[in-house]
Amino acid sequence: MYAALALVVGIVAGIVLSPTVPDWMAPYLPIAVVAALDAVFGGLRAKLDGIFDAKVFVISFVANVLVAAFIVFLGDQLGVGSQLSTAVVVVLGIRIFGNVAAIRRHIFKA
Amino acid sequence: MSPRHRAGEQPPDAPDPPPGPDRTEPTSPSDQVADPPPPAGVPAARASRPSVTTKIVVALLCAVLGFGVALQVRRTAAGDTLATVRPDDLVQILDGLQEREDELRAEIRDLTETLDRLRSAGASSAAALEEAQRRAEALGILTGTVPAQGQGVRITISDPTGSVPPEVLLDVVQELRNAGAEAFSVGPVRIGMDSAFDGAAGAVSVDGTLLESPYVIEAIGDPPTLSAALAIPGGVVDTVRRAGGTIDVEQVDDLTIEVLRPARAPLYARPAG
Repeated sequence: MYAALALVVGIVAGIVLSPTVPDWMAPYLPIAVVAALDAVFGGLRAKLDGIFDAKVFVISFVANVLVAAFIVFLGDQLGVGSQLSTAVVVVLGIRIFGNVAAIRRHIFKA
Repeated sequence: MSPRHRAGEQPPDAPDPPPGPDRTEPTSPSDQVADPPPPAGVPAARASRPSVTTKIVVALLCAVLGFGVALQVRRTAAGDTLATVRPDDLVQILDGLQEREDELRAEIRDLTETLDRLRSAGASSAAALEEAQRRAEALGILTGTVPAQGQGVRITISDPTGSVPPEVLLDVVQELRNAGAEAFSVGPVRIGMDSAFDGAAGAVSVDGTLLESPYVIEAIGDPPTLSAALAIPGGVVDTVRRAGGTIDVEQVDDLTIEVLRPARAPLYARPAG
């Protein structure tokens, strides 16, 4: 509950403040957002499973974001940045779908 | 408490197929993200008492996510997508744009050339048409297929005694032509290249049409010149008077010759060259 509240607060803060993203960060922000989304859905699923652990959530969140950004950074250095970021988005998208499927089974029993 | 969780060694996205009994369909190992299931019986107790600090951290992370989402959505909505593109992609986009620009420039060049060509062709064909029309008019006046208008003379020859022969009328026409007349009519007949006077005195016919006295001859040309040509001593005027007729030459400023000759296509001659 408080997490959802914090999410809303964050969105409102982002809209109200709307700071400019530094250029070096621009390519990594979308990937980081998707990675964080993946972590949040995983956490929500764990919550519904009754096995939510805040510590695991925090670590997975941070690690997801960092690893995703790092992969994209590495791709940029290797000259395959756009392809690798596509790959990251695809993988994270599949995981988000899996988590959402599990959440759906919990909520709708179907 | 699972020691694995406490130690934080478990990678958050470890491929750890959950053996949970509640799973009714097989799922990909990767869809278990944040929390691999601990041994049965443990989770309920642990999940029920999160400390305030972890709550705050979780809330903070969620807020960061929301912040990031809002930021990215705003950036995307602002349409400033090129700013986020990598330099390599930018170079590629630029290449594509330059190629497209080259193609469009070549197209412009081609179309401009075509336009110029068509314009000059149109201008020259218009000029040719005008020239042809001018020539057709000049020839039409000469052959008598178009009406003619201009200053000239009207000659009236009265022959009450029927003593003026066709040669005199022919002399009149030839004298007028020598003096530069450009279009003639004798009575109801337009004179052309192949006109012929026939008959005898008192019954003169031209091109098969019988003329009746008084004969009216109209000619377009310079009136004083034509009058002078007719009036020279021993000329037409004298001849007519000697033949017993009377002749009257009238200079007219605006003469119109309406009668026409049918156009005749040459039977044997063809344009050479």
